[in-house]
This record gives sequence, C-alpha cells and structure tokens, in this order.
Amino acid sequence: MSQFPEKAKVVIIGAGIVGNCVAGHLAEKGWKNMVMVDKGPLPNPGGSTGHASNFIFPVDHGKAMTQLTWDSSKQYEELGVRRECGGIELARTPERMEELKRRVASAKCWGIEAELLDPDGVLRLFPWINKEKILGGFYTPSVSVVDSLRAGTIFRERAVEKGAMTVFPNTEVLDIDVEDGKVKAIKTTRGTIETEYILVCCGVWSPRIAEMAGASIPLVPVVHQMIDAGPVPQFAQAKSEVEYPILRDMSTLMYERQSAGNMEVGSYAHRAILHDPNDIPSNEQAKLSPTEMPFTMEDFEPQLEDALELLPDMLDNDQVEIQYSINGLISMTPDGGPVVGETPEVKNLWSAAAVWIKEGPGVGRLVAEWMTDGVTDLDPNEVDIARFYPYARSKAHVWDRAREGFIKTYGIVHPGEQWEMSRNLRLSPFHARTEALGAVYFQTAGWERPQWYASNENLLREYGDRIADRTNEWDARWWSPIINAEHLAMRDRVGMVDLGAFAIFDICGPGALNVVQKVAVSQMDVPVGKAVYTLLLNTRGGIRSDLMIVRIAKNTFRVITGAGHGGVDKKWFKDHLPADGTVQLHDQTSALCTVGLWGPKAREVLSSVTESDVSHEGFPFGTAKKFFIQEVPVWALRISYVGELGWEIYTTAEHGPRLWDILWEAGQPHGVVPVGIGVYGTTARLEKSYRLTGNELDADYNPVEAGMAFPRVKPQDFIGKEAYLKQREGEPAAVLCSLTVDDHTSSTGEKRYMTGHVPVLTQDGGPIEDAHGRRSYATSAGMGPTLGKYILMAYLPPEHAVTGNQLKVEYFAEQYPATVAAVGATPLLDPENSRIKG
Amino acid sequence: MKILACIKRVPDIGARIDLTDDKLGIVTKNLGFTISPHEECAVEAAIQLVEKAGGASAVLTLGPAAADEQLRDCLARGIDRGILLETDAAHWDPGETAKTIVAAIRSESEKAPFDLILFGNEAADSGDCQVAVRVASALGLPCLTGVKNLEAADGNAAAAREVDSGWEIYDIPLPAVIAVKEGVNLPRYPTLRGTMKAKKKPIDRIIPEKTGAKLRTETLYHPPETGKQVEMLGQGTAAVPKVIEILKSLEVI
Repeated sequence: MSQFPEKAKVVIIGAGIVGNCVAGHLAEKGWKNMVMVDKGPLPNPGGSTGHASNFIFPVDHGKAMTQLTWDSSKQYEELGVRRECGGIELARTPERMEELKRRVASAKCWGIEAELLDPDGVLRLFPWINKEKILGGFYTPSVSVVDSLRAGTIFRERAVEKGAMTVFPNTEVLDIDVEDGKVKAIKTTRGTIETEYILVCCGVWSPRIAEMAGASIPLVPVVHQMIDAGPVPQFAQAKSEVEYPILRDMSTLMYERQSAGNMEVGSYAHRAILHDPNDIPSNEQAKLSPTEMPFTMEDFEPQLEDALELLPDMLDNDQVEIQYSINGLISMTPDGGPVVGETPEVKNLWSAAAVWIKEGPGVGRLVAEWMTDGVTDLDPNEVDIARFYPYARSKAHVWDRAREGFIKTYGIVHPGEQWEMSRNLRLSPFHARTEALGAVYFQTAGWERPQWYASNENLLREYGDRIADRTNEWDARWWSPIINAEHLAMRDRVGMVDLGAFAIFDICGPGALNVVQKVAVSQMDVPVGKAVYTLLLNTRGGIRSDLMIVRIAKNTFRVITGAGHGGVDKKWFKDHLPADGTVQLHDQTSALCTVGLWGPKAREVLSSVTESDVSHEGFPFGTAKKFFIQEVPVWALRISYVGELGWEIYTTAEHGPRLWDILWEAGQPHGVVPVGIGVYGTTARLEKSYRLTGNELDADYNPVEAGMAFPRVKPQDFIGKEAYLKQREGEPAAVLCSLTVDDHTSSTGEKRYMTGHVPVLTQDGGPIEDAHGRRSYATSAGMGPTLGKYILMAYLPPEHAVTGNQLKVEYFAEQYPATVAAVGATPLLDPENSRIKG
Repeated sequence: MKILACIKRVPDIGARIDLTDDKLGIVTKNLGFTISPHEECAVEAAIQLVEKAGGASAVLTLGPAAADEQLRDCLARGIDRGILLETDAAHWDPGETAKTIVAAIRSESEKAPFDLILFGNEAADSGDCQVAVRVASALGLPCLTGVKNLEAADGNAAAAREVDSGWEIYDIPLPAVIAVKEGVNLPRYPTLRGTMKAKKKPIDRIIPEKTGAKLRTETLYHPPETGKQVEMLGQGTAAVPKVIEILKSLEVI
C-alpha cells in the first residue's frame, strides 16, 4: 500500500458501487491525485453493494430514473459484467394488471422494449409458476443481472492503473474540516488529508459523514428482507448465475430471482424497519457485514407463504432450505430518489448517496460530468440534493417519509398521490382563510397548497353542462370536477389563487446585473419595475429552469420561481455569485406571500381597494409596482400564468390574511372564487400552452425545441449562449406541440382521461422517435374546460408537428385519437392574448 | 423413539464483542440470536434418529420469551414440538438450569418418558459444560459427553468420541443423556415448507420458579490481544530468497 497522502484533489469516501463508478469516470475525465477511503476491506467493504440482489429492471414511470438505469445497464454491458435474462412483473389482481398496462405505456414513453403477457405467455417463459394465482405479466427482455462488485473493482482499478488514484481500505473517516464554507481537509484513522473536494458515497452511512462537515444527506437506512433458498430441483442443471427471467410478484411486493441452483426471494412488503446510521454495527461487530442485519423471520413469514403459493413446484418441498437470510440495509430518501450533487451547505462537498445498483454507473458518470464540467448529459434535477429544503433534512421528516414510502417501492403509485405523514409543514399566511373555504391541500416542497375548494361545489351546478365528470376511479383519483368549475368561474369572473409557496429570492449588490445577466437567457438590463420571464440554460444549452426575474431596484433583482424547483434554482444563482461578496442572495420566500388575482373582473376588484392607477396604461403588462391596498403595503406584478388579466400581489407575511380579506370582500360583488392549483398548474396553464419546468422543460430539450427561442438574442454573454446560438441556426429535432384528444371512449364505452406520462403514437399505433432517439410522450395532460377539450403537450419531430396531424395516445393499453392543435408556443385559447391585456 | 434436544438461545456474535457498561454482559443491541453450534447438532441428531427409527422429537429451552424464535427454528428443521421454560432476564446458573430442566423432563415422563435426551456439549456463550451432566445425575441416567458419532436403535445407543489417540466407542442402554459436539453431523437449514409448518407446531410454555443461582458472574473482560506482527519480506522477486528461507524453516520445502 502506498504512503498515506497529505494532499489530494478529491477524497472519495466509500468503495461501493457509487464511489468506484465515480472514481473511474473522474479518472477518465483526467482527474488526478484522487484518494479513495473506506472503513471496510476490499472488494466488499460491507455496504449495501455487497448484499445487493444485483438485478436491473429498466422501466420506471419516471424519465430521469429510467435514463440513469438504462445508461447503467449499458455501462455494465461494456464492462462485461451484465447477463441479460429478461424479467416479468406479475399481477395477481385486476388492479395490478391495470398497473402493468401503465408500465407498458412508460416503457413506450422511454423507448424500452416490453410487452404484456397473458398467464400462458408468462408460463412459456417461466414454467413453474402457479397459473391459478396470476392474471398476467409485464415482460421486459432487457432485464439483467450484473456483477456490481466486479464492476466497481474494474472502475476502481482503472483509476488506479491510470495513476489517478490511491485506495485505502480499512480507513475510517473521523472528521471533516470546513473553512469559509468550503471543504478543507479530512481526518481519518490513517492521517489527515488536505483536499479540495470530498465526495460522500457511503450509502447508509452518508448522513453521518455529511454531518461531520455540517451538511446533511437526507436518507435513512431501512431493512429489505431477503432469503436465499435452495437447492431448487428445477435449477439442478444450472450452468450459470441466471438462466430464467427474474420474477417480480408485484401484487405481494416481492421478487424471486434465480441464483445458480438457488432462488433469492426478496420482499418490500414487510413493515418499514428503520435504523439510525449511528447504530449500524462496525465491520468487526457484525456477524456477516454491517449492512446484513440479523434476519427477523416474523416479518418475513407472510411473504414466505406468498412465495410458496406462487412457486409451489419449486419451493414447497422438503429440499429447498433457507440457506441465507438477512435484513439487508438499503437507503431510503424522503421522495425515494437518489441524493446527488454538491451539498448546498458546504462548497465542494458532494453527495452521491441512496443510489441503487441499477443506477450506480449512470450516477457515477453524471457526478463526474457535473464535477468536471458543471453540466451533465442527463437531467440532474430529479436527483439533485438541492431539491431538499431544510425541513426535508430533518430526521423526523426523513423517517416519516421512509416509513410511508417503503411500501411504495413495488406499490402502485398514482401520479397525483399525496403523502399522509409529515404534513402541514409550511403553511401560507392565507392558510386559515383557505381552510375555512374547504381547501383540499396538495403538498409541494412542504407547502400545503389548495388544489381545489370544497366550497366551490355550488359552481358545479352553475357550470354542470360544461364539466365532464370522470367515472373511472383511477382518472378521478386525486382530482375533482370542481377544478374545472373553478377554471370556468375564473375565466368568467375573477379568481383568487394562494401562491404562498413561491420561492422568492433577491439578488442584490453592485454586480447583481452581471449575475442575472449571466444566468438568464433574456435581457436583464431593463428599467426598474420591469418583469422578465426567462429560461435558465446549462452550458450545453439544455433547459435548467424557467422563472420570473423582476428588476426591483438598480442593483436588486427579484427571482420568483416555483416551490418544487426553488431549492435547485437558489443553489444555481448562489453558485454564480462573485466570491468577493459584492452580490448577495436574500431569500424572501418566508418573508413574503403572494395571492394571484385573475379574471376579467380582476381590475375592477383591485381598483376598488386601491387609489393606485391599475389601468392598462397605468400598470402595463410585465411590470411591477409598489402601492397600498387599503392599509396593506403591496408589491404587485402584472403577469399571468393562467391567461387572464390580473396580478400576482405580494405582501409581507404578517399582512397576508388582511390582504386576502380585503380582496375577498372586494371580490364579492364580482363573484370572486377561490381558485386552486388544479387550475393554476394544469387547466389554465394548458389552455395557454404555458410550459412547466420538470414537465415540458428539462435538460433533454433546448429552447428552440420548446418553442421558447425569442426573436432576439441579447449581446451579453450568458450560460449556454454558444450552444443556444447554434440551436437557433439549425432545424429542431422536435417541436413542443399542444394536442387535443378527439375521443375519450374506451373499448368498454367508458370515457377515459389520461393522467401522467402517456406515449404519443402514430396513427397506426407505432412509436414516434425524433432524430436524437427521443420518444414522443405527453409531458403534461389535463382538461381545458373553456375549450371543452382535453389537452396534451408533447415534443414531436417536425414531420409530425403539423397542425391537424392525426395521432394516437395510449392509455391503459388502449389507443385514443388525438390531433395536433397547435405547434410551438401558440396558445390554444386566446392566441392574441387579448384576455391578458384586459 | 422419543427424543428430547435441549438448546440455548445465544447471541450471534461478530469478530468484536462489546461489553455492557457493568461488564456483566455483552452488548446485543445489533446482534441476532441463534442456537449454540453443538446444540444445532443435537437437534439435527434428534431429527435424523426419528427419521430413521420413527418416534417423536421435542426441543426444550430455558430462556426468555424471545427464545421462541430458536424453538421455531428447530421446529422448522423438523422437530415435532417445543417446550419453553420461560425466564425473566435474570442469570440462571447451570445448577438451577439443570434442576428446572429435570423438573420439566420428569413432568413430561409422566406422560411418556424420553428414550434419549440430547444436549450440545456446551453453550456457546457461558461454556459451563455442566447442564447435561447435572441433568443425567439428577435423573439417574447414564451420561456421555463430547460425542462425535451417534447411532441409536432398539434401546441402545452407539456413540463415539474423539480423543488424542483415536476414538472411544461406547454402547449405552437407553434412556440416556448424551451431549454431542460439532461434527457429529451436518445440521440442515430449515426448509421454506418446514418454516411454514413450524408455525402450526405446538410450543408448551412453562414459567418455572427460580430456585436461586449459586454461581455469579463477577466481571467479564477481553483476553489480552495477541499482537499481530506483519513483516514485509520485500517486493517482487527481491522477496523470493526470504520466502524460501521461511518455507524451509516451516519445513514445507
């Protein structure tokens, strides 16, 4: 072993799948002077990698996770450690069978080959299943088993062979030194290393290590139970590790996977068993490995019964013994996703944690790109550690979410599904008012936002003939026809929207203009009081975010963005502040609250409670102004995300309830209605073809494709400019379009309304793929009550992006006709924007 | 043949054992529990003998309510029924343990006496090597310990134990008490089917009265560590002469 170094460029903590993959990729990108430490021995230091079942099912309902998994699969293949065996997700219940149809739709969205099987089809691939127990299966031929320990070893050795890294197993981290908010040194049992970067890749121990630096990695170790049973008579002739498809018995939340002559049976059905990272035994204390905790049979017994029921011929006999059984520790996070990226608390302290075998190499590549170039091939938003607000880093929250989320690992999760625990964390100042109005709350970034209002039920009578109710339980779940009624009332009269969840931060100081100019695509050198809608790009011209920036003083710019993306946006701006402290970021999220007032009567309402000039001329569109609403000091912004005349009205938190009351009262003669996020975020937005970050806007697509390339490009430099200029020269490979569904009638005669991602197909039902290999799918879906049409947004290749083009969308294995109704940013409703002008 | 195997619930330890603050016990917070290895062999022997000769097997333990887990494990392997002499957390010394087990065996014998009572040679945690002998003595039965080979049929047991010079072969009339050692057989794992069946097998729960321990643990401590010395013999071919020297000194070459 080499001498323990005193200095390093980066210290990678953890020699599991993630640490090794990042190390290999960093070395590939030319990093030198890297040091890897792990408190355990090599090649299996005792983390979760060592006991993983190592199989990969590529299809996830989410795009980002599917992409990371797919990239990982390819990397395992290149390393020669992947064996394709196929995999079948089984359904025992009609409800699960429906879910499998949804899996097929997701597979089509992300371009992964997969199909539905009937019970006979399942038995053809795996003959020993009890046919009586199953209704069908979802077969993915590209499911594989990988050797993650070998993959890690290859990556690690590549880095070592390049002379880029030295490795020290059996070396425990004792402390991390931070100076001026930046990583300085790491203390280990072998000595101290001064280092520029530290990368925490130590899985279930990550929170403990991050804490040493004053940062947090929100995850908790949870038990995943697994047994190894054998010898299985039917596998007696097995010549390799896996020769039959892996089974996921989805209805019982279990899997069965061949392991040479044995069968591994794992479960996500048992109660959530959580451990404190500090209570995980050391390598010396542990009987097996630290993350292989003593098996608790009483938790597993019901699953055992399920396994015997499914595979009686294989498992229910006197030969098949339980030869190994563990409560294996894995990482769970508040939203189930990985925790990746530089920590917002400490500069140069990076996290790559809560990463499973199926994502390991993909995350390894992503982190290496991110650390080296500041930009990644795959969109990092969904895995970005900055998405967790302070509350989400608390043990109470992380544990609550893990308890509730564990069962969702193989569960059927509706796209709109709400969490039950850890609610009422962030309440807007209007909360008491909205609650009194019967608001039904959905949670975003901890904020409780009214999705619709029970008190608006009377509107259903008023608009009854224009509102289609949903008879299908899935389509109607987490939805109410009241949303459509609120929409119509707002478009007819005026609505008030609680926007208290907005993330707001002011960029102030002498160099503030330079900062916003650099980050934003749009021209920011505008008169004070001017609001600018802008995209933020990465250096490759991919879309990071879209938001509003208002120049509120010569050297102060107010950034207003959605709660869901606020954490990531905030870090992005912070990362681009000059080091000398001349520009500061002040988070105003908690200090301010916002109510949206929109609709044809909005001006009448507002003018009745203020002496300020709110006429079109006195308060033009896209401007902001400070004034009083009765005694409440407000700052209002004349813009609209719903396509109506009106304002976002801001005041300080303590004035919030009073502001609400004044507007509410003033609105009564005009028939004001409280309007929920169901309208704001979906129905009204879609009628106006407004894009949403995370849905339409992500790093996979560029501004030209998103129809958001504005006529002029500012002369000043900004992030992504070079790429953006290039994009503008060529033809886009895909164009964001709005489609409307022509017929909702399913084969049973029931009307179906698409929710979540659904594939957009050619008229004969074939997939649509653009020149970059991206499949067309609905990025958003929702009713347009004013249009009386159901709207989908989708990126289509130019040959399909033609108004009037007839296509199909697939929903629960049935295809419905849809027509391209608008190409690019042209709104379906009021393309001249005369409503907004008032 | 009616056979009883006696077992003890013991912690399943790793390489390092941490002592409790009072130094009277070991920290078991993150440990699983298991059956002493010798006792696993006693259980296996009971199952095999009944498989061969017919009859019924039972497993008995004196321990906390949680020892139910170890009894179920034995039932899953093929033992027919369990007896739990449920104790509180207090320490039971070999004398009172044996006395309590004897009482239980006597009460069982009123219904149908055991032909063979099997023990592990010693418990993995306390290692007293006393309970089997005390039980045999109290019941007035012949006793053999350290057994690594065992057959039984027709009222007789053929047993053997390994000594320095070879094997001692015994022929003992049943009923008898025999304490076996690891190696007497290869214990099976429970099957999946057996595990499910075990859920339905009976476990009698008896709460015995504690008669008072005469042995007391004063303190536990770790034996002094034998320092590991590693000597680098050199790198690459330069190390060869030294390697040869050492192999010669070990009389390997």
